[in-house]
Amino acid sequence: MSEDDEIGPLVLAFLALSLVSIGGGIAVLPEMHRVVVEEHGWMDSLAFAKRFALAQAAPGPNIMVVGLIGWHVAGAAGMFAAMLAMCGPTSLLAYAVARLRQRDLPWLRVVERGLVPIAVGLIAASGLLLAKGTVDEAVLALPLAAVCTVFVTLSSRSPLWVLVAGAFYGALLL
Amino acid sequence: MTPSRTQLFLAYLRIGLTGFGGVNAWARQLLVEKKGWLTDQQYAEALGVGQVLPGPNALNCAINVGTRFHGAAGAALAAIGLFAGPMAVLLGVASLYDRYGQIPLVRAVLTGIAAAAAGMVLGTAIKMAIKLRPTAMLLATGLLALLLALLRVPLPLVLLGLAPLGIWAAHRTAR
Repeated sequence: MSEDDEIGPLVLAFLALSLVSIGGGIAVLPEMHRVVVEEHGWMDSLAFAKRFALAQAAPGPNIMVVGLIGWHVAGAAGMFAAMLAMCGPTSLLAYAVARLRQRDLPWLRVVERGLVPIAVGLIAASGLLLAKGTVDEAVLALPLAAVCTVFVTLSSRSPLWVLVAGAFYGALLL
Repeated sequence: MTPSRTQLFLAYLRIGLTGFGGVNAWARQLLVEKKGWLTDQQYAEALGVGQVLPGPNALNCAINVGTRFHGAAGAALAAIGLFAGPMAVLLGVASLYDRYGQIPLVRAVLTGIAAAAAGMVLGTAIKMAIKLRPTAMLLATGLLALLLALLRVPLPLVLLGLAPLGIWAAHRTAR
């Protein structure tokens, strides 16, 4: 199948993902993994985890992983199409809510407070799934992921150090 | 203090390009600490809304901040500023990865970064959970979301089931 044929499914997949991405790019990773790896078979688990790593190591919002998946499936056109699908419609919603928030509405706060724990639970699931992807490639990735989890939980240092440490650990041991 | 449109755009351009490992921490540092355009509380609220709305939370937060200062134009300027730099970098990164991604050292380094990033994501979730100090019901809602995501239940179903539960739990504590 040529790359152009994949742009339609790509746009549809990320449109659908964007609408359920409560908690942002990282919270939706398990679902993105399900759609990209299991449903469409665009890449395997490890390739998925590595693209996430690449997006984390580059500057910018975490959601850039969507651009890398788009690139893998359909080149530069796929990158822009996937990013627009992921960001366009939800931006309009965010703008509408920003307008609403300018009047202080109590029910909006209750809804926000009720959704936050779901977002946090989904983010935790993302971490576990990403860790599994790397451990499948190299068992020695497990202690690294565990130590980084503890470090980030307990320390308020920039997460950049964790990524730098991971790069060195990988070069030496994996 | 209100930034001009150009200042707002340039600030988000800078946030996008310096934001290694996710931009939220960097955005807070620039908007609150360096420029003093927002208080800590105002930024936390804008970010909180960004997190519960669907869509990338850094982007939602940028739209919120942009709207606050310059309405629709501000929202557009903040959003474009945030993505312009990283998209350019990403084009370069993606083509380099295609060419060099299979070299053993590159593979090993990326596996290392991937494992570290996984730990970072998990650690962030634990940190957020501790900071929230949720009631038992809200904690149960979060744990259920974790469990269902790991069991690969499609996310729309998870949200349909758990959103009412979470909102009900938040409503009970609000009274």
